[in-house]
Amino acid sequence: MDWAAIFSLQIVGAIATLVLLSIGLAVVFGMMKIINLAHGEFMMLGGYVAVLATHHLHVPIWISILVLAPLTVGLFGMLVERLLIRHLYGRMIDTMLATWGLSLALTGTATMLFGNTTVGISSPLPGITLGAYQTSGYGLFVIAVAVAVLLGMWALLRFTQFGLCARATMQNARMAAALGANPGRIYSLTFGLGAALAGLGGAVLAPLTGVIPTLGASYIAKAFITVIGGGSAVITGTLSAAGAFGVISQVVTFFSTPVFGEVALLLAAIVLIRVLPQGITGRFFRRAF
Amino acid sequence: MAINRRTFLRSSAISAAALSALSFKSLSAFAADDAIKIASLYDSSGGLDIYGKPIVDALTFATEELNAQGGLLGRPLSLIKYDTQSNMQLYAQYAQQAALKDRVAVVHAGITSASREVVRPVLDRYKTLYFYDNQYEGGVCDRNFFGTGVTPGQTVEKLVSHVTHKWGKKVYIVAADYNYGQIVTAWVKKYVEQAGGSSVGIEFFPLDVTNFGATISKIQEAKPDFVWSALVGGAHMSFYRQWKAAGMTGKLPIASTTFAGGNEHIVLSPEECNGILICQNYVQELQTPLNTAFVERFHSRFGADYPYITELAMGAYQGMMLWAEGVRQAGSIERMAVVEALEKGISLDLPSGKVSIDPATHHCILDVHIAEVRDRRLEVVQSFAQQAPSDTAAVCDLVKNPRDAKQYSIAL
Repeated sequence: MDWAAIFSLQIVGAIATLVLLSIGLAVVFGMMKIINLAHGEFMMLGGYVAVLATHHLHVPIWISILVLAPLTVGLFGMLVERLLIRHLYGRMIDTMLATWGLSLALTGTATMLFGNTTVGISSPLPGITLGAYQTSGYGLFVIAVAVAVLLGMWALLRFTQFGLCARATMQNARMAAALGANPGRIYSLTFGLGAALAGLGGAVLAPLTGVIPTLGASYIAKAFITVIGGGSAVITGTLSAAGAFGVISQVVTFFSTPVFGEVALLLAAIVLIRVLPQGITGRFFRRAF
Repeated sequence: MAINRRTFLRSSAISAAALSALSFKSLSAFAADDAIKIASLYDSSGGLDIYGKPIVDALTFATEELNAQGGLLGRPLSLIKYDTQSNMQLYAQYAQQAALKDRVAVVHAGITSASREVVRPVLDRYKTLYFYDNQYEGGVCDRNFFGTGVTPGQTVEKLVSHVTHKWGKKVYIVAADYNYGQIVTAWVKKYVEQAGGSSVGIEFFPLDVTNFGATISKIQEAKPDFVWSALVGGAHMSFYRQWKAAGMTGKLPIASTTFAGGNEHIVLSPEECNGILICQNYVQELQTPLNTAFVERFHSRFGADYPYITELAMGAYQGMMLWAEGVRQAGSIERMAVVEALEKGISLDLPSGKVSIDPATHHCILDVHIAEVRDRRLEVVQSFAQQAPSDTAAVCDLVKNPRDAKQYSIAL
């Protein structure tokens, strides 16, 4: 019974991790159709902001993870959008090249500034006991943040003016402009939001894995796989893809090693894309967002 | 003035003569530069830099110390440092470069066993002396090779018998997934079974894995008496972070011969690693007059806030000192002369204790100490003097077979 509880908790934790990894990319790719290859580096920046703010500026850890990291990376994302992405709308290959160059530049800058050693912060939550087993209290926190992020995004898209304009711009930018929305400002804010979510993801996962300049490279593949597997809907797509992949990878990890868990995730992604080329929400949940 | 053939030939002859005169000048300057060249190939960046940086510092310190004493054979020493960036290809490339381009007298190289086995055949082929200065899984039998680090027969056996008495007889082993991790795991299993215990679970992780959540649950399900960690590198440090996040620190003890080699006890917080038992040849906290003086000199060179002098760093320092003694006794830096001098069983008193070369195996007889991690320090619990490299000696006899040049896997 305890074993089942721990098992399910870890599966939900794996799903939550995938959600946090990919929601930022889902916002940028799903809403703006921009392939942001610097997404992993935004997460790395969020991780560094969290670690440095906690250790050097002595900001309380919760504030640096939940407030400071997303805010800093979001503002940086808006800057990137203004300087780089804005000029390349509609040119998908060019944005790929530009954002890839950006990711290399960010990795190099981080290596120069922070060195190539893993830094980390201690998990601020105690372990929790489930019967005979101990597990990480921080895992529950990750799940809580993932749920909050998804609910927040849903509320933003459903109930706010910005969400309405963003959805309209996503569907038909010129008609939305004709109706009075400002696509340039919407794109800017959306990219900033995607970057902020990436920063949040990186900061929340920092106590578990440590932060190193090459962190982005290890996250980007899974983020892309989840987003493409999920399809064009931002929230439902991410959730369904993260759910499918998270369950498969964690179950296989439990019965063998983390390496095979990764292999299983990648094989599942191949099968999924073959069967559902438009992603999960290309076929199911079509009208959701 | 129009350039005709005569003026062209004249001016080019003059400039050619002038250039060659200049280069003759620099050639003669070269002849006066008679420094003995030593190469170091270590990872000062990338995932293994936690090991590499202190080692390079120790070698720099050793070179400076030897130069302050007048160098070797009246010549200064020059240390050529190669950063292999945790990348195997660079090990092969730089080893070749050090042997062929720089023509060094000795190469100190390699942290992981994988990198050692890349470098060793290259240096064998190009007949350059090779010192491998940190702990590994044992078994290398090669006359061109000297190992100054501890092997499982020296440390694992002692630590296993200590912890099976202290904590219990069931072990769960988590190890890095490459030759070192696999072989050390086999040793741990053997010694645990010799002590009447059993291994209730074994898991291997490639060096870049950071997700240990499922493993931590599996460890709890298996209910061992203690965990043995042969995890290596920066990414594997997240095991200790996640262990503490799950609240397991203090509930289930950990023993390791790899922990602290990369200053994990400094990088991690005390709550994440207090209570771990390690067994090493050297800890900075050793209270001998030689070590206290060494630490003082090291700190005045690198700053009193230098994080920690690791066992691997001390291994490099000891390796350099042993080689220097071999050169002095041989009276030359020529490879076979130094090898034969070292094979006479050179013995030195160094900060970790007395270090002697064992002629039959080209490994060292070393003191080992069991220490406990406590608040970013390593507190010595028990010491064992002069442990011979019994595991390598069981398979290797270079006195009888001097042409041997391979690594034996010790049959378990």
